[in-house]
Amino acid sequence: MSRADTTASRQLLPVVPLAALFFAAFVLPLAALVLVSLFRDPQFTGLSLVQYVRFLSDPFSLKVLSDTLWLGAEVAFATLILAYPLALVYVASGQFMRTLITFLIMLPLLTSTVVRTFAWIVILGRDGIVNSAMLSLGFWQAPTRLLYTWEGMVLALTQIQLPLMALPVINSLLRLDGNLTRAAEGLGASRARIFITIILPLTLPGAIAGWLLVFAAGATAFITQTLVGGGRIILMPSYIYQQAVGVQDWPFAAALSLIFTLAVTGIVLAIGALSRRFMRGVDAA
Amino acid sequence: MELTLSDVRGHSLDLKGIGHAFGATVALDEIELAVAAGELIALLGPSGCGKTTMLQIIAGFLRPSKGEVRFDGARVEHIPANRRRIGMVFQNYALFPHLTVFENVAYGLRARKRPNAEVAAKVEQMLELAQMAQFARRLPGELSGGQQQRVALARALAIDPGLVLLDEPFSALDKNLRLDMQIEIKSLLKTFGVTSIIVTHDQEEALSMADRIVVLNKGRIEQIDSPDALYDRPASLFISSFIGHTNLLRGTVTETDRVLLEAGPEIDLGRSAQRRRGTPVTISVRPENIVFGAADRPGAIPVTIRATVPLGAVSVTEGLTTSGEAVKISQARAATTTQAQAGETAWLAITDTSRISIFSTPADGVQDHQQRSV
Repeated sequence: MSRADTTASRQLLPVVPLAALFFAAFVLPLAALVLVSLFRDPQFTGLSLVQYVRFLSDPFSLKVLSDTLWLGAEVAFATLILAYPLALVYVASGQFMRTLITFLIMLPLLTSTVVRTFAWIVILGRDGIVNSAMLSLGFWQAPTRLLYTWEGMVLALTQIQLPLMALPVINSLLRLDGNLTRAAEGLGASRARIFITIILPLTLPGAIAGWLLVFAAGATAFITQTLVGGGRIILMPSYIYQQAVGVQDWPFAAALSLIFTLAVTGIVLAIGALSRRFMRGVDAA
Repeated sequence: MELTLSDVRGHSLDLKGIGHAFGATVALDEIELAVAAGELIALLGPSGCGKTTMLQIIAGFLRPSKGEVRFDGARVEHIPANRRRIGMVFQNYALFPHLTVFENVAYGLRARKRPNAEVAAKVEQMLELAQMAQFARRLPGELSGGQQQRVALARALAIDPGLVLLDEPFSALDKNLRLDMQIEIKSLLKTFGVTSIIVTHDQEEALSMADRIVVLNKGRIEQIDSPDALYDRPASLFISSFIGHTNLLRGTVTETDRVLLEAGPEIDLGRSAQRRRGTPVTISVRPENIVFGAADRPGAIPVTIRATVPLGAVSVTEGLTTSGEAVKISQARAATTTQAQAGETAWLAITDTSRISIFSTPADGVQDHQQRSV
């Protein structure tokens, strides 16, 4: 072995623990998943693609997948709509307000998902804060079901995932040259026009990064989906859990997992590629 | 020029008693300035002198704490920047990086919801004038600094502004390109007849561009004058050293028209020093107003030569007086007959004593005033 090779392998040495972990915790389980998904039945007799055929020919399963992806998209759009006003306020604020806003944004990240989700159950439940308030104020005559609804789930996920959207959007907005908005203003543009023609296109890389993070996180949020959605709404994560743990159909659960993973990854990659193509002249975030 | 230019002329601008403070820090005070329509004015001063604050007040990005801003006699303090019909050219050009050159120039017209045909015609005309027509489809990132600046100016002029404000417009350009662009942009602004205000800390830029220069220091106007008048008759010690190079020599008034220099000789001013006998004064003599002379000439200043620097058209020699003051002598190189050697003693004579400026020596010393000119 030449001297140069020894140096190169020395330089790679620090990566070894991470690579080993990655291999053991990611590559191996994924390979196992692929293998399990190829068995014909839960008794692991013989290999075939029957699990995939089963999924693709079953309207119920396809509906669960599309609902799940749609949930991710809805939550991502909801956080996007909330993130921009928040980011604009942040950028316009002084140091104290910025610290406060950062703290409030980060707060959800500092508490466990389970805790945050149970907080939403307390808020949305039949005897929860919203129902009690609306009843005692006389707006509602009877308790309204908020928990275990699609809207309740979107609401809870939106709050929980907001940091993933707000942080990249704020970061893009901070990097935007203030002279650009000043130039647009000097040229006679209204605030709305400045936002649509200058701020939005130039902060799009951050918004898309945030959108993809929230989309992936929202679609796969097993705990929140299960607890706030209850058993009434079947989505991919709980479907997989049910097939694996409940029905003990491991091959089908493995196929579901792989299809779900591919669908989310495919959408993330496709949107990423599209956005790069259409954002000529805009720095990638 | 075969292109028909719009007949819109610039606004006249009046600033009356403008003052502005950021918290306890006074950025501007007692600013009085009257700019005629079509005039090209430079706001010149060191960083922190308040010139950017003044520009932002004129543009409408900042509301002054006190005083009046008038365009054509009408007060505008309450009018926001996007309704003031002002063309801004920023230091970094602030071109919209995601829009083509064409769309950058069209931006102000689209904001005014002009019909597409009119937008296209106007943009083409502006790009033609700025010699950027062939780059219409490019993005700003694909242009050189000088080209970006042309686009920035075309964008500012496309809205037929009453006033064009240029914030340090040449500082991002190569030194070699700067003078060319200054001449080009000055002629474009003059062609348009638009009132223009250029903010700069670079005195050469102010001298080459402006009809009149407003010198700002510590938030106040020190002098408003033509470039030549500013150079020949500076109103203060600060200006004499801020505009161009100068030699400051300490002395004392001995007779009405005579000053005894610490460097040795007594100088006959040929006019009254306007100060009492015994007053400590500092005289300002430009390097080109000094020549090498004979030892027996009246008023000859002995110096020890330090170095000679050839600067192309001129050569500059620096000497040190017996009082420890540095003196620069600038000679046309063709006229340089004898090359003074470092370490030698030479005698200097002031060519034209009427072009000497006299100032009372400030209590805090001359040194402080010289340093700020750097």
